[in-house]
Amino acid sequence: MNNTAKDFSHIKGWGIDADPKNDPTYPMKRRTDAEQQGYSWQRPTQQPVNIEVLHSIERPNVSAVFGTSTPPSGLSGMIRRFAFKYSESSYGHWLPLLLADRVNVVEGVLEDLSKGHVPNIFAEKGWNAEWKHNPKGLVQKVAIGVLVTTAVVVLLSRKKEHKHTRHTGYSEDERYSEDQGYTSNKSYSKHDLFPESKPIK
Amino acid sequence: MLAMNYRGPQRVRIDHKPYPKIEHPQDAIIRVTRSCICGSDLHLYNGNVPDTRVGMTFGHEFTGVVEEIGPDVEKLKVGDQVLVPFNISCGKCHFCKQGLYGNCHESNSQATAVGGIFGYSHTAGGYDGGQAEYVRVPYANVGPTVIPPGMDLDDAVLLTDVVPTGYQAAEMGGIQPGDTVVVFGAGPVGIMAAKCSWLFGAGRVIVIDHVDYRLEFVRNYAQCEAYNFKEMDDPVVFLKRTTDWMGADVCIDAVGAEAAGSALQTITGRKLLLQAGSATALHWAINSVKKGGIVSIVGVYGPTDNLVPIGNVVNKGLTIRANQASVKRLLPRLIEHVQNGVLNPKALITHRVPLEDVADAYHIFSEKLDNCIKPVLIPSSKR
Repeated sequence: MNNTAKDFSHIKGWGIDADPKNDPTYPMKRRTDAEQQGYSWQRPTQQPVNIEVLHSIERPNVSAVFGTSTPPSGLSGMIRRFAFKYSESSYGHWLPLLLADRVNVVEGVLEDLSKGHVPNIFAEKGWNAEWKHNPKGLVQKVAIGVLVTTAVVVLLSRKKEHKHTRHTGYSEDERYSEDQGYTSNKSYSKHDLFPESKPIK
Repeated sequence: MLAMNYRGPQRVRIDHKPYPKIEHPQDAIIRVTRSCICGSDLHLYNGNVPDTRVGMTFGHEFTGVVEEIGPDVEKLKVGDQVLVPFNISCGKCHFCKQGLYGNCHESNSQATAVGGIFGYSHTAGGYDGGQAEYVRVPYANVGPTVIPPGMDLDDAVLLTDVVPTGYQAAEMGGIQPGDTVVVFGAGPVGIMAAKCSWLFGAGRVIVIDHVDYRLEFVRNYAQCEAYNFKEMDDPVVFLKRTTDWMGADVCIDAVGAEAAGSALQTITGRKLLLQAGSATALHWAINSVKKGGIVSIVGVYGPTDNLVPIGNVVNKGLTIRANQASVKRLLPRLIEHVQNGVLNPKALITHRVPLEDVADAYHIFSEKLDNCIKPVLIPSSKR
């Protein structure tokens, strides 16, 4: 679409960086071909490696500088070490790292508790701001959370009851109680209750 | 010192952490004066970037005062006020010498695809970031730039990422005078990409998003057209229709992994993490650009795979250009633009929040509460 006939004088700086010669532009523009010489540059001074630094197997070394934040530790650290046996091209690298991140969250809570600090989840999630700027939304979220939790609990307890009935063979009018024991007019053998088991001779 | 502390997806807090040390002869220690939360920090905040460890401090957009320097630092002195590019670059490797400061080969052991970035997980080198009172800055002879006298700190802090990333998005679009440019995303980077597209001579700039207050802001700030994709049946058809059925000359993805607009992408990319984020904006960009056009990507995605219509890239003969912004390369020109009033970055800042309230700031930004566009954290020493 060619709109150059339009007047752009109301836009300060319009066209000041236009440069038809700047094509194909960055990043190809400044290619030096020095990379054809391989890993040949004079490397910066190496930062002392005095913590555990995991490095990609797609490079031969630790980079000249590196971050020292949160070295691998605990179970998440073991998973991270495993992940770094695989290349950046492999799911074997990234999926364990995502798993390690989730494990690390649990480790973080345990670490807090071990130091006598109970994390204030409400504050950490920034819900003070939600209450200030979107109280209706917060009430809605909490209500949905309570409803979903209640539904899940009810569903699970029903399933549990159903499972209990199925495994024992109890029907609606056949119940076991601590006082009366199993109450029924029928009599069952073990084979009736567990048809797959053979009667003991 | 006080520092932001990541505790898990959507859980952060302020904690006391040890004062950073000089670890390398070219290190500097900076006392932070401003530190922004970036849209890409939300990918970390939401737990979408692999190897984001509990206890890490985020923050790759910051300014500060030099407190301490290593024995090999020659270009800075204690007391200098500096803005610090988000890339950590050695200045010596082939890639830095080519101007690819976001692809330095001597600043990230954990991944070869990306150079080191402050406070951006161990996938980007494992450096603690600037959402703290103090931060360690490696290669202090290369990245940190002394803030020109008279420049507002709020302008300076946005020159560390938002402005260069938006500018480079437009630059990589290879915009020719008169071109129609479509920018997906009206976050801070998308707003700046729209603004900078004019500097390259765009004839028409269109921004697509779904957040009305941001669309209104970009319409005024970047003097462009802005449309809400929720008000149209199909944004691709809308863009074809509005470009005489040809498609845009250049499409810019300034959204990345948190994109809304497609249930499939959202569920597989953001909820189940089966792909490296939701690629809705990129999908639309590929399908909305004209045949032979250019798609410029500055939106951040995770390191695994994404669902994108690569067949259409082939069939339409598209050129895709993408990178982390090369901040150092662009700074001289961008400082000039700010000083001449061509760009006014600080207008993007809507929230100035004490560092201690970092959890609230993340939540406000993440949930787009209170018409938030750009939050900046301010340590107590600068309040």
